[in-house]
Amino acid sequence: MFNVIKKLTSFIAMVAVLFAFTTEAMAKKSKTLKNTQKKGFVRCGVSQGLPGFSNADASGNWTGVDVDVCRAVAAAVLGDANKVKFTPLSAKERFTALTSGEIDILSRNTTWTLSRDADIGLTFVGVNFYDGQGFMVRKNSGITSVNQFKNGISACTNIGTTTELNMRDFFNSRGISYEPVAFEKADEVVAAYDAGRCDTYTTDKSGLAAQRTKMKNPDEHMVLPETISKEPLGPVVRQGDAVWEDIVRWSLNTMIEAEEYGITSSNADSMKTSDNPAIKRLVGAEGELGAAFGLDNDWSLRIIKQVGNYGESYKRNIADPGILPDRGPNQLWTKGGILYVPPAR
Amino acid sequence: MNNKIKKILPQIITVLFVLGIFGFFTFNAQINMDNRGIDFGFGFLNQESSFDVQFSLIEYSGSHSYARAYLVGLLNTLLVSFISIIFCTILGVVIGVARLSSNFLIRNSAAWYVEFFRNIPLLLQIFFWYYAALRALPLPEKAEPWFGVTYMTIKGYYIPAFIWNNLDIFLYSILAVVISIILITTYAKKVQDNQGKQIPVFLISLGLIFIIPGLTFLIGGVTLDFGIPVLKKLSKTSYIYEGGIGLPPELIALVLALSLYTSTFVAECVRAGIQGISKGQKEAAASVGLTPNQILKLVVMPQALRIIIPPTTNQYLNLTKNSSLAAAIAYPDLVLVFAGTALMQTGKAIEIVSITMLTYLSISLAIAAIMNWYNKKIEIKEK
Repeated sequence: MFNVIKKLTSFIAMVAVLFAFTTEAMAKKSKTLKNTQKKGFVRCGVSQGLPGFSNADASGNWTGVDVDVCRAVAAAVLGDANKVKFTPLSAKERFTALTSGEIDILSRNTTWTLSRDADIGLTFVGVNFYDGQGFMVRKNSGITSVNQFKNGISACTNIGTTTELNMRDFFNSRGISYEPVAFEKADEVVAAYDAGRCDTYTTDKSGLAAQRTKMKNPDEHMVLPETISKEPLGPVVRQGDAVWEDIVRWSLNTMIEAEEYGITSSNADSMKTSDNPAIKRLVGAEGELGAAFGLDNDWSLRIIKQVGNYGESYKRNIADPGILPDRGPNQLWTKGGILYVPPAR
Repeated sequence: MNNKIKKILPQIITVLFVLGIFGFFTFNAQINMDNRGIDFGFGFLNQESSFDVQFSLIEYSGSHSYARAYLVGLLNTLLVSFISIIFCTILGVVIGVARLSSNFLIRNSAAWYVEFFRNIPLLLQIFFWYYAALRALPLPEKAEPWFGVTYMTIKGYYIPAFIWNNLDIFLYSILAVVISIILITTYAKKVQDNQGKQIPVFLISLGLIFIIPGLTFLIGGVTLDFGIPVLKKLSKTSYIYEGGIGLPPELIALVLALSLYTSTFVAECVRAGIQGISKGQKEAAASVGLTPNQILKLVVMPQALRIIIPPTTNQYLNLTKNSSLAAAIAYPDLVLVFAGTALMQTGKAIEIVSITMLTYLSISLAIAAIMNWYNKKIEIKEK
């Protein structure tokens, strides 16, 4: 068996060396932007339905803070925030879909980790939601803290997530034996937990809050106060296209910085005559910021006008539906949170 | 000379063509992986996996390697395939024979069974058993005992665990029984060939099976205790059974669906095999005074098996490959553990998918080899 693999590997390596010279010649930069403009839409990978982050309504309209990142990019590069093709992906499929070129942005509550960033051909461009892993239990179980977990507890979760790893670290460090039950789709996890197959459901706390709204009786469940991990969630692009990477990064940064300067979708146009040069740069009235990406100067104005700033997006998608009304760490640094982006200049 | 080239040239072109296609895809993958900074290699197999698996036949935790996780998945795949193959064979033979019964009710029930289970997609059947049937089971604390000591709950089927003392002596006694049965059978055949006398081999074997292992309990110091599942409280409302063996509902659902589905195809193979033996054979056997049982055992079955084995092999292969649908219901098989979690955590898509494909290929070839050996053994030997 291993012999066969060895032979196969060496054969593949041989063929690879043979063609190595041509490889060098064929490697070119920034195809993604050109392809996107040619196609006329941004190809964006999202979740299979997570209220607040990426969720489709009955008529197929996607909403959520993750969706808004892709819409911002579409507004910047195509001039229309609606020119996005959304591809729902399971946690297991998402990275392969991105590296194989099926999508150009993965905006699917994905945790930024070292191995993902360095090892598998991905580049994280920023953080659009600071999260942490938590546990959900039934209220009538009497459990109010993770310290009450006992040997033999069964925990439902998604496969292919950092959740699986954190869960092991958590239970292992406390010496608790547990039964992990890992499903591919989030809906299957929720259904299994709801039916009583598992005693607890664990994923990112934002995910728990969002999925709770989908349950038969949301009031029967509660999220435990403890957070067992850091989960900075953000959009991801393929490695090897630095310009595209910058476009996605600064589209997200624009939304956050716009909130910082009080620019909203409704007042963006009037801000062109502002006295503050930082504001004027953001709405395209000063400087030549777009040129660095090969875009016109109104790219950031379009993002703010069509998608809104980060605060508007958060309010519309997460706070107003009652998923997580308190912004917690996802508040601007000027207001006690940790949202802090480099200046656009 | 010219003729020789004419013969060889198309073959060379074909080989070059195949190599070219393979080379193109390798080349393409290589370029794209280079562009994205992905390394190719199998070094990850020795790294710590750092994820746990719900259910494992060997000792495993996240501190073991990815290679070990692969083994866990492989064994789980083999386990579910093995159990399902046994069940589907027993069920298939019974249903196949029942379809030829002279009893109207038995014949038609069997026919309905076959038509029903083979015409519903397997994935739907798996979903039915897992999401509809097994999810409707009671919570552990509300479960009524089956046979006094087993509990069927939404968290799984809890059965007593066997706690052996001196298990090795017991296993040796089983080995001794097997060897003596083989010797007796050989001897009985010899006696029958030479003297025409029949020795009741079956009764003697049955006696041996009970007496020798039984003796090890009386004088060999072998003891067997049962670990009865006991309800344990995890919190105010959640319970679990401890002390026994818990069969996860994912395994049960998968075995149910795979064996019921595949048994219909096996039943059809069996029916075809039996019907393939001409009526004259049975009548001839009856006319020389064989009993109906002897006719089935000595005349019909040896010939029918030759017709039954090859298509049944196909069904076993299908079953094994179908077991990869386990991923749909969280049963930790090779696809879920290795091509799922391990692939996600390492990002080594090409390596892991090719290992998984080679593994299924090897399992299938192994099953085919065993069945071919058996087929050779029972085929007509020209004397």
